[in-house]
Amino acid sequence: MINKSVGSPAEAVADIFDGATVMIGGFGEVGSPIELIHALIDLGARNLTVVNNNTGSGHVGLAALIENGQVGKMICSYPRTTNSLVFPELYRSGRIELELVPQGTLAERIRAGGAGIPAFFTATSVGTPLAEGKELRSFEGRDYVMEYGLKADFALIKCERADRHGNLVYHKTARNFAPIMAMAARTTIVQTGSLVELGDIDPEVVITPGIFVNRLVTVCDPAQESKLIAEGRCYP
Amino acid sequence: MITEKKRLGWSRDEMAKRAALDIPDGSYVNLGIGIPELVALYVPEGREVIYHTENGLLGMGPPPAAGEEDPELINAGKKMVTVVPGASYFHHADSFAMIRGQHIDVCVLGAMQVAENGDLANWSTGASDAIPAVGGAMDLVAGVKTIFVITQHCTNTGEAKLVEACSYPLTGKAVVTRIYSDLAVIDLTPGGFQVTELAPGVSFEYVQERTGAKLTDGTAGTAA
Repeated sequence: MINKSVGSPAEAVADIFDGATVMIGGFGEVGSPIELIHALIDLGARNLTVVNNNTGSGHVGLAALIENGQVGKMICSYPRTTNSLVFPELYRSGRIELELVPQGTLAERIRAGGAGIPAFFTATSVGTPLAEGKELRSFEGRDYVMEYGLKADFALIKCERADRHGNLVYHKTARNFAPIMAMAARTTIVQTGSLVELGDIDPEVVITPGIFVNRLVTVCDPAQESKLIAEGRCYP
Repeated sequence: MITEKKRLGWSRDEMAKRAALDIPDGSYVNLGIGIPELVALYVPEGREVIYHTENGLLGMGPPPAAGEEDPELINAGKKMVTVVPGASYFHHADSFAMIRGQHIDVCVLGAMQVAENGDLANWSTGASDAIPAVGGAMDLVAGVKTIFVITQHCTNTGEAKLVEACSYPLTGKAVVTRIYSDLAVIDLTPGGFQVTELAPGVSFEYVQERTGAKLTDGTAGTAA
């Protein structure tokens, strides 16, 4: 029998190792798997390369993971948001590496990584500093830059509903990077708002098929990052 | 001098209103953060325009009424929005396939500098202590057919933003279609910047004095 459900966030992230590449879903706080991130802080794995669109806010979630000194490198498109305090300080003092990637290129690199495509060409960033040092080719009279597919050891994502096979449905714009990160990681770990019976999710509306999911943990009432920040909370 | 500049030319809302006149019926449109967001308020009655937000929504509606907010329904500026009937959600790779695959018709963006060949700089001053952040700007200018820029004609310190060549790092090369500034509507043509419309009370010479490149006058027949 296939049952990907595990008992706790701690159990779900227990094998994340030092030096791992970890994709973390979310666009800002929306879609961020905050309980899984906090479990990763408790675990303490270090020297991680983290792939996320941003770099977290306040002193909870992704920002707390960075603040705890567990992240050696960020791969992201926009490391500067409201309440983004931790990353700028570490970056300016040279204590964290940044690979800046245009948002669509980041998404496509993740998608390609998950689809077995090692590299592709895109017009995005041609003629800009972000294309410097990269291979250029011309197709049908237009220049394109080569970008590499991006894979990860782990993905941490959040969904609204799941079944024990790992079929997932998301909530509104919280979907963002989760479906493609689930494809690009060797081990995909999901926190779900609810776990439903097989067959309860109409196959027509499954967004992430269970084949891309390895572990599920139910977090019925996930914390909301901006609320924690408003309350002045820090993790741990 | 500053008060004079405030009196002369279009306000932020008037710039947005002028740009909105050029959004065709039936367009799929992406609006950047800031003044471009205002364009949605002014699209003329009778035109159906579908708004795309790159975090994964087509059919974005206005901000929610009090009590109707959903913190997981946001736009690219991370502000809460609503959906209109016929809307759809999708993941980031699909969202950027809409942009990069040339499916979005019009994008309206802000600018730090625009060059006379259509180069756009709007993501970084290149300052060594700045945290570089690009988001989706490079994808939008590379993939969207028509790029409208809404910007103040000059910086707060009075420097020209329309220039011969950008000094800031580029977002894209030769990508801008048309500029809506507080002083004029300016098209990017093979001959460079062409003024096609002047704000009320603004002369061609006044705009030229505040522009870092040569303008041509294409306003023949329109009232200054």
